[in-house]
Amino acid sequence: MSEMLANPSKGHIEVRNFSLSYDSIEGPVQAVTDTQIHVKPGEFVSIVGPSGCGKSTLLNAVAGFLKPTTGIVTVDGERVNGPSAERGMVFQQYSLFPWKTVRENVEFGLKMRGMPRSQRERAARTLLGLAGLEAFEKHYPDKLSGGMKQRVGIVRALATGPKVLLLDEPFGALDAQTRVIMQQILTNMWQRLKISVLFVTHDIDEAIFLSDRVYCMTARPGSIKAEIPIPLERPRQQSMMMSSEFLALRRGLMSLIREESLKAMGGEITDMGMQGLNIELHGHSLADVI
Amino acid sequence: MPATAVAEAGPAPAAPPKTPPKTPPSFGTLALRWYRLNQGRLRATAIGIASLIAFLLVWHLLTTYRVVFFVRFTNVPSPLAVYASFTKAIHDPKFLMHILLSCRRIFIGFSLAAIVGVPLGLIMGRFKLVHEIIFPVAEVLRPIPAIAWVPMAIMLWPTNEQSIVFITFLGSFFPILVNTLHGMSLVDPVLVRAAQCLGARERSIFREVYFPASLPHIFTGLTVGMGVAWVSLIAAEMISGQYGIGYFTWEAYSLVQYADIALGMIAIGVLGLGSSLLIRGAGQLVMPWRST
Ligand SMILES: Nc1ncnc2c1ncn2[C@@H]1O[C@H](COP(=O)(O)OP(=O)(O)OP(=O)(O)O)[C@@H](O)[C@H]1O
Ligand SMILES: [Mg+2]
Repeated sequence: MSEMLANPSKGHIEVRNFSLSYDSIEGPVQAVTDTQIHVKPGEFVSIVGPSGCGKSTLLNAVAGFLKPTTGIVTVDGERVNGPSAERGMVFQQYSLFPWKTVRENVEFGLKMRGMPRSQRERAARTLLGLAGLEAFEKHYPDKLSGGMKQRVGIVRALATGPKVLLLDEPFGALDAQTRVIMQQILTNMWQRLKISVLFVTHDIDEAIFLSDRVYCMTARPGSIKAEIPIPLERPRQQSMMMSSEFLALRRGLMSLIREESLKAMGGEITDMGMQGLNIELHGHSLADVI
Repeated sequence: MPATAVAEAGPAPAAPPKTPPKTPPSFGTLALRWYRLNQGRLRATAIGIASLIAFLLVWHLLTTYRVVFFVRFTNVPSPLAVYASFTKAIHDPKFLMHILLSCRRIFIGFSLAAIVGVPLGLIMGRFKLVHEIIFPVAEVLRPIPAIAWVPMAIMLWPTNEQSIVFITFLGSFFPILVNTLHGMSLVDPVLVRAAQCLGARERSIFREVYFPASLPHIFTGLTVGMGVAWVSLIAAEMISGQYGIGYFTWEAYSLVQYADIALGMIAIGVLGLGSSLLIRGAGQLVMPWRST
């Protein structure tokens, strides 16, 4: 564990003048344009935005899976060109190796680094213990619930002691209660490891609850519409979600996203008149019910 | 920071709550539980046995009454006659040699097909250029049934034995290659990415992701390939063999030993079944994550 805590002041992500377009038959598709973001060492930063605005694109560029069309991505001043174990990633689709047990999954990064078997077994056990998963070390992933799979996914990404952790809607497929528990676990791990986190989510509450700062993106082509600091004190409790401070932040972010989501859906929907709809629902018109 | 359970579960965790010592369940309850758990399987086995017996019975009746109804059962041996020739054959070293030779041909031909087909499929799936070079040739050769190769094989190989093994090889090669390729094309790219950002390089990704991810399809290929290997072998033995269970069956026809025809057929069926069971067993050994 000490190895992981060795560089608490590392993990500075810097994305400058970033744009990225995909090639397609109809010509280039501009996914993200003119974007600057940064994550300070040890900071927890979220990206929210309407569906299809380029959040995953941005995150994948930081991970090194995509090359920016223009601009530059650096971590601690070093240019990112290709994936590396320095940047751990957690995917929405869990992405555990089905042919490896829970422990073997967690060991994978250490094995790639050439750590001897007994040593990495011990390391994996310790980490699994921290996530409350020691009883499942010999299970194959398809026997686990979604929440457990994602816990393994996070532990696996952290096992190599990366400088930054990137998460792309990691809890998107989980039910509400599991989500809350997972948020707690993630917060705990982040605080212990003092690692920088870049977190993509659809869920505004989740973004506020977890983050030090939230970037809100515009509809496609995505760019940064607003940067919202979250001054809520830590440790954060579930009860804070009812505080006026939280609710004010929530309202602000909500209206920003709503504006963009409407744009993303084509604009016309803004004035979708209810008067045109005369569907009968138990004697009420749809407009009344809504 | 709050002392949450997750953060502070140190190296000395509280002793896990022990289940109170229970009296072991009686034999009766155990038997009942076992029965409940295996009810479905027991039922399937029972019905399976009954249906096999029914099959034998119908066969017996059709042959003892020499039924002629479009098909003629006049000369077809009865199950008892086949059984009689079976008891005779198992003491006959010649019969055993036929079987052994067929098995050896299958073993060599099929093993070669797997040793060439699986790695080739993996490499073709990973490297576009190799795929682009080899795939067209494979696509042209693939639809040609292995049996159609018999004359060519006899020309190509100096001995009969080699040409028969070659036919067996060809029969199983293409199913193995095609299924391996298919497995490679279905590898989830997210898993490759996951491996990459855990520090895996090309070689490790190949070994730790592509290969295990393709294994289920590789085993489908091996199973199908084994089936086609037997089909091809028997045909080749009937046409050009001197030994082997296919030759035995054909020879029985020429020598008007009708019971031996059925015996040969059944032997072929049992050998085919046995070899596909072997492959399935190997699959379960190699892919423990897929069993149960
Ligand atoms: N390979 C691709 N080729 C062409 N266009 C793409 C490709 N991948 C993504 N896009 C487009 O780029 C835009 C941004 O995609 P991206 O997946 O980054 O959005 P997102 O914000 O993560 O969306 P979601 O919230 O649905 O996950 C989308 O409009 C998408 O249609
Ligand atoms: Mg996305």
